[in-house]
This record gives sequence, structure tokens and C-alpha cells, in this order.
Amino acid sequence: MRVNLAKLHAFDSSRREFLKSATVTAGAFVLGAHVSFPKEALAQGAVPQGVFDPNVFLNIGADNSVTLISKHFEMGQGVATGLATLVAEELGADWSTVRFEFAPNNPKLYNNLLFGPVMATGGTTSMANSWEQMRQVGAAARMMFIAAAAAKWNVSAAEIEVEKGVVSHGRSGRRATFGELAADAMRAPVPTDVALKPAKDWKLIGTRVPRLDSVAKTMGTAVFAFDVRRPGMLTAVVKRPELFGAKVASLDAAEAKQVDGVVDVVQISTGVAVLATDTWAAMRGREALKVTWDTSQAETRSTAEILEEYRRLAGGQGLPAASRGDAAGGLVHAAKILEAEFTFPYLAHAPMEPLNCIIEVRGDGAEIWSGCQLQSIDQLVAAQVLGLKPEQIKINTLLGGGSFGRRGNPLADWTVELAEVAKAIKGRAPVHLVWTREDDLKGGFYRPMVLHRVKVGLDSKGSIAGWQHTIVSQPIFVGTPFERTAVKNGVDHSSVEGVVDTPYAIADFSVDVHDAKSAVPVLWWRSVGHSHTAHVMETMIDELAQLAGQDPVAFRLGLLAQQPRDAAVLRLATQKAGWGGALPRGRGEASLIITRSTHASPWSPKSRWPDRRSKSTASSPPSTAVWPSIRMSSLRKSRAPSASRSPRPCAIK
Amino acid sequence: MITLNVNGRSHELDVSPEMPLLWALRDRLNLTGTKFGCGHAMCGACVVHIDGQAARSCSIMTGEAAGKSITTIEGVSGKVADAVIQAWQRLDVVQCGYCQSGQIMSAITLLTGNAKPTDDDIDVGMEGNICRCGTYARIRQAIHEAAKALV
Amino acid sequence: MKNERTDARTATVIIVGLLSATAVMLWPSGSSQSQTQAAGHAESLAAWEKIAAVLQHPRCLNCHQPDSPLQGDMRRPHIPHVVRGPDNHGVGAMRCGNCHNEMGNNVTSRTPGAPHWALAPVSMLWQGLSVGDLCRMLKDPALNGKRSPEALIEHMAGDPLVGWGWNPGPALEPVPIPHTAFVELMKVWVAGGMACPT
Repeated sequence: MRVNLAKLHAFDSSRREFLKSATVTAGAFVLGAHVSFPKEALAQGAVPQGVFDPNVFLNIGADNSVTLISKHFEMGQGVATGLATLVAEELGADWSTVRFEFAPNNPKLYNNLLFGPVMATGGTTSMANSWEQMRQVGAAARMMFIAAAAAKWNVSAAEIEVEKGVVSHGRSGRRATFGELAADAMRAPVPTDVALKPAKDWKLIGTRVPRLDSVAKTMGTAVFAFDVRRPGMLTAVVKRPELFGAKVASLDAAEAKQVDGVVDVVQISTGVAVLATDTWAAMRGREALKVTWDTSQAETRSTAEILEEYRRLAGGQGLPAASRGDAAGGLVHAAKILEAEFTFPYLAHAPMEPLNCIIEVRGDGAEIWSGCQLQSIDQLVAAQVLGLKPEQIKINTLLGGGSFGRRGNPLADWTVELAEVAKAIKGRAPVHLVWTREDDLKGGFYRPMVLHRVKVGLDSKGSIAGWQHTIVSQPIFVGTPFERTAVKNGVDHSSVEGVVDTPYAIADFSVDVHDAKSAVPVLWWRSVGHSHTAHVMETMIDELAQLAGQDPVAFRLGLLAQQPRDAAVLRLATQKAGWGGALPRGRGEASLIITRSTHASPWSPKSRWPDRRSKSTASSPPSTAVWPSIRMSSLRKSRAPSASRSPRPCAIK
Repeated sequence: MITLNVNGRSHELDVSPEMPLLWALRDRLNLTGTKFGCGHAMCGACVVHIDGQAARSCSIMTGEAAGKSITTIEGVSGKVADAVIQAWQRLDVVQCGYCQSGQIMSAITLLTGNAKPTDDDIDVGMEGNICRCGTYARIRQAIHEAAKALV
Repeated sequence: MKNERTDARTATVIIVGLLSATAVMLWPSGSSQSQTQAAGHAESLAAWEKIAAVLQHPRCLNCHQPDSPLQGDMRRPHIPHVVRGPDNHGVGAMRCGNCHNEMGNNVTSRTPGAPHWALAPVSMLWQGLSVGDLCRMLKDPALNGKRSPEALIEHMAGDPLVGWGWNPGPALEPVPIPHTAFVELMKVWVAGGMACPT
């Protein structure tokens, strides 16, 4: 989930407004309403403040184990290891004793400091919001260990050292491990003021520490939601319509109920759920269902028909998204013109672990096990469906088998389904809701289909003389509680980011956008707008460089004269990639695709996208996924994406 | 009743012979290290070993696997397995980790049959194991490293 | 003495008569013989056209490929990508039997199954052949697995992997003509001299 913090500002939600949105979208409203820490403040050095009581974030065992209680969700991005590194550094822990577990869903203690009282992971905010807080936790704990040792040994705290899990007093030779002191230390008063280590003293931060979850994930012992077992648990799979927006018209469950292992069939808002004693039985039961659908409100157009509508929209005048100089005039006088059309398909996230979650309803509330990314939202929607108070919902967060944005759905669609199934069976058994791979790929919430039409002129010197850009997309934020912050003057930022805020110096620039409408549900997909705008911008720049007879890197550097940070990144990447060196015989074209993160987090050259056909590697930042569904073997077989030979309309399939 | 020999232990299961081995392992024997990714032999998350050969448990029926020696990620052992898993850990290959049981089981089979795989051999041998987090470069590196360790 | 010669002559007439009758049955004399041969050849050719249609059906042709099988009625490249390997049964973690069950089709995973699932040997590459070349390849013992015409019929009639083409499971189109009819066509083709179009 990539939220452009620049567009979000603090405001108070009135109680009346909150009550007005008492639907399942209330969760999203809460998130949208409380985003409270603007990016500008972060960039100016302001630091979000949070709780740093070590008892909230650490368990230190008698066995010397140091367990981070992670407020953020680990879905492969390494955040648990990252947060633990910050704590361990300041604490002075031995890395080999460090572990992590997930925090309970308590937004007062475990909130994302950039979002206000909301527990959520996403938008590249985890390290940014935790950077100071987690170090404060470690530093505070270190002081508490020192205080405990000082009291125990009756020595001055100033003479005590902490290193690699050992607390020692040089003068007297006294030593104790964390385990030996933990009980006393964690009961000591939490310091109100802590000093953090200067960077020159870092031993863990900035180094490569082993991931905390590597062992479990290579031995088959890592526990995902799919692996949780509750006594008496039933597995539920849902038959959903083939067309988005269709509703159940009739249901014949007789045959389904005959399938060995099937226990019940219930209707929910998204379709018909079959419950069984094991996963295979539920899948077979679903196949035996006979359901007819009312498609009167459904999206019945084919992909081709929707694209036709996109093209029709592109021909008209859209909403202005960016305008400076005189793009039209520049084009009239241009020496050369480059025109192109790009189309992008609906794109599924397809994380390796299909969506699934478990709920157990009890008299006093309900407990959920889930690879949960937005705990505060899931808690709210589950409570609403079940008619409970949010604080009656306990969420156990498990490791997630990937997300790429799918689990960060503010509508919490899969949690809604889970709660509805449990409600339909009156909570008489724990329910494991399982999406199969077909459910996932057909289940919507895709990166929208997008169309770009770009027309750029070059003057006789090979400089950009005018850039006209039309985008047609399905808005992600319009009609959601995020609308008030992410949509300005009707322009949904997710459709245009990366274009309207391009770092390239384009003096005569006009961008307009058209909103397409469809019942196909859409959602942010890793890097959101950049998932299409990056490709368009960089391809156009490549082709313009070609047209101008210039090296594509030099062409870009010329356009980044006012952006020293971006220019520095580009220079570093080209240097690392060996740009400009001779390619070995028989190798293909090298290519370099760089996109710029809209966030303050630095781009890392660590994420490489090696193409073995060429000596150079194409590097892209972790937040960019231009063609994420291409596997390495496909890259190996196909030509590397390269600077195009000639300007032409291109469709990206 | 179907007898499954898994990780050296025998289990009598009252299941249909058509039940995919994957679900017998996960839902009946609670061996959850083997994962469900697609159910159609396309992603490789479900790879186990049957009589020493890699097999896609989502597509092998329990009846087909009966009486054979089945090994899952929880029980795999030996020189090759140790080298592969250690290389995986040393290089921190994993990210979300959901595909990695299958990756490791396939890599063990690859190295067992080919002690010095080339990059092309790795491409062909690991073709059927998908990783949506994109750890392919480290998988390749880990296989090479394991191969070196086994020399 | 006259009786013995009459007896011998009668015997000869009877024997010759019998032989002639047999000759008429086995070797139709004159124009009626070449008519049956011509009919056999034409029928054989006609049978071959129908046989070729079966052999070129995806259920057969998908695995009579050079290095990698095709998949489905769409004849798309097999996903995941697999290769022949030294024994036609795939390589390493991607051997055919790793997913294709000996015991039959898996309705859950939609993977088809039959005994000894494999790519057809390299000598039996049918993709891209004309109907005539396919015919010549099929009847050539050097290319068809050293099979005599009778063995060829037996292969088409009884091999379980061949038979799978008629029972591919719910997701795939079976060979459109009944198996028994196909075997009959094979017999007609063989009986008529395994005629091949040019």
C-alpha cells in the first residue's frame, strides 16, 4: 500500500462524521481520517513520537532470549528483522539471541506513528515511523538493565557497560547476562529521556544481519495463517460470481451437501460459502453447488470493450492534472515529434499465499488469525459484521506469504467474508476461510487497467519542446474515505503520480486524466501509480534520447539538473551497472530503468534484476514492479527491455 | 484405508485415494511445511519427495503415493539437504518464505542428480518453482554455493 | 487299367478344381483381383486421412513434439516449462511423473495421468509433418519403434497412454471419434497396404 503522504494532512474527525460512515468502509475512514504526520515534516527532520516502554516492545527471557514484539507485519519485506536491529543496536543485545513475535492489535501501543492511533503496515512507512521509536526502546531497556545491575551490585551506573547481552562492571569484575537481570530490569522505571548511539558507534545498523525468520522459513516450521489449526475448525470456500457486481439469484445446495465432509452451505454478501471438515472436501463441495446469478448490475463488458471505452475517453478533454508553460505551442514548433500509446492490463497481486484467515467466535468476543496488514481496520470491520465492539476482537497476526498491496485493502474484503461466514453459522465452530488460486486471480481488487497517450516534441537542439500527456484509469481513491486527501480537483493521485511529479525538467507540460467507471474493484498494487507511469515516462525518455541522438543517461542527467539527489542516484546506478562499457560479443542490449520513489526512503541499489543476456544489470528499486509477473526464465528467453529503436505506439500487454 | 509412509513413519488414513497428497499431508497429518500455492502443479510450493524424486503433492493422488516413501521439508535430511538449507540460511534467500519449502525440495533434487549445475541447468531444473517476491537471484546463488560445499 | 487312369484323371480334376476354387477365392483372377486390390488401396488411403486427423489431434500431437510438450486444447507451451531429458521423461524436479499420475487423471489438480507419461521418442516427431510424411513415418519400423503393422495396430488398440487420448478427464477434449472406430480404421489402413498420400 503506497500512500502519498504529501497529500495527507492532519484533521480532526468529528464524531458525527465518524458515525455517518458506520459501514464496513468505516475502517478505511479511520485510516484516512487519522493520517497525521505529513511527509514534509518528516523531510524537515521532525520525528514522530511514540511509546517506548520496553515492556511494550520486548520480552527478555531467563534464557537470555531477546524477543521483539513487532508492531509491523512481516510479509517478506524484512521489517521484523529491521525493527529488531534498531532495538538490538541500542540495547546491546547479542544478535544470535534475538527473536520476534507479532504484537497484539492494540492501536494505543502498537500504532504506526505516521498514521495516528492506527495499527497498520504499508506505504513504506514502517522503518520511517519506527526509526527513532525502536531505538528509544532499546536505549531505554539498556538504561533499565544498567539501573538494575547498579542497584544489585551497589555500584555507580556510570561504570556499567552493556555489550552482546552481558552487563558488566569493570572495576569489580561483576557480570550478569540479560537473562539473569531481566526480571529486575524490566520492572525498573522507564526513563523519560534516552540518548541514542551516534552512527559511528553502530555495530548492527548499516551491516547485514542475518534475517530472523530464515531458519523457520527454510525448515518448514514458519507459521502462516494457512497453517493454523483450531479445534473443531471448519474450512470454508466461497463460490463467487464470474462477473463483478453479480448477485446470487438462486441456490441449489443439495448435491454440495452430499459431498463427503461438507457440513454446511451458507450465503454471504459475496456469494455462497461451503463449509467442510477439510480443505479438499470444501473445494469439492463448492464444485457441486448450483448457483444462478443476477447480472443486471454486473460489469459485463469484455477487456477489449473496456479498452475501447478508454480510447473513447482519451479522445475527449480530461480533468487537468498538471499544466505549466505551453505544451501545445511547443509541439506546434517542434522539429521532431514522438507520439505513443501505452496500455496496461488489470493486474492481480497474486501473492504466493492465497488469502485466508481464521475466526473463532466466543461468548465474550472473537479471535482472528490472519496475515494481517491493517489490524485496526480488520478489527473494526469484523466487529461491525458480528455486532461486537472493536475491543472485543483479538487479532493474532501471522507471517504473510506476500502481499504486494492485496492484504492492505481498506475494505478488508476477506475479513468481511470471514466474519459473515462465522455469523451465518452462528459462530458454532471456528472457520478457516480459504481462497484458492482461481479465487485470487479472479477475485478483483486489481491494479486498474490504464491507458496513456503521450505526445512530445523536440526542438532543433534535441531538447524537449512540449509534452502532452493523457491518462485514462479507474480511480482507486474516489468513492472511498481516502477521497478527501488523495483526490484533488477530481484528480485521483493514484492515476497520475510519477507523471505530474516527474523529476525531469519539462517546462511546457500538460497532463490530463479521465476516470473510467467499472464494477471491477481496484486497489493499490506495489508502487501504485508508478506501476504504470514509470514505464511510460522512462520509455518516452529513452525514445526521446534516441530521437535526439543522445545517450539515454546523459539525456536524463540533462533533465535532472535541478534534482541533485535523483541525479546522484542515476549516476551511482549507471556506475554500478557498468554503463558505457563494451558489451561482450553475443550479449543483448543493456537497459536501465529507474523510477523515483515519492517517499523519503532512500532507493537501494541492492535489488537487482539481472539479465544474463547482457553484462550490465538493470536495477530497479524495491518499490517498483514494472513487470512483476515475469519470472526469471521468461526474462532469460525474451529480449531484455531496451531503449526502443524507433518511436512507435507501443502497447504493453 | 490408505497407508502413507511419511518421513519414515507409517500412517493409516481413512481418505479417498483421489485426495491430493498435499491435503492428506496438511489437513490429516498436520505437516504444514508443504504449501498450497495453486493446486495445479504450476507453482511448485507443494513439492515433496516420493521415493527420492521431486513430486508435486497437489497433483499426486494419495492413492498414487500409497506405499511409497514420502519426504517433506520437515523430514528431509542428508548431505545434499543440509548443504542446500545451510546455503539458503547463509545467504538469507527467503523473503516472505511461502514458496521456499518447494524451492528447497526442488533444489535438493536438482543437486542430487547434478552435482555441478550450470546456470542453464538451474533454469531448467527450478523452472517450475515460482517466487512472487523475486528471490531468484539468491536461489541461484545458494544452489551454486551448496554445490561448492558438496565438493 | 482303364479304371485306374479314369480314377487318376477324376482325382486330378477334383484336385485342380479345388485348387482353382481356392485360387479364385485367394487370388481373384483377372480383372476382379485388381479391383479388390484397388478398392483396398483407396480404402486404405481414405482410412489414413481419418487416422491422420486423430494423430494430429492435440491429445496425441501435444506429446509428439521435439523438446517440450504442448498443453491443452489451446496447444500452448506446457506450463510450467518442461523438457525432454535423456529418457523422454523429463529432468530433475520436472520429470513427467512428478505431476502426472500413473493411476490416471487427477480431477482436483486437472493434471491428466496415464501409465508411463512421457514425450514420444525423438523418432516420432509429428509436429509440422504433412499428412503424407506422417503416414510414411508411422509405417517405417526404423521410426515407429520397430513395430510391424500388426504391432502398430496392437499399440493403438491397447497401449494405456494412447488410450488416454479418449479419456483425458473433464477439462480436455477427447479424440473426436470412438476408439473402436479408430482401431478399425487402423486395420483397414493396414489391410489395404498402408497407403500413403504423396
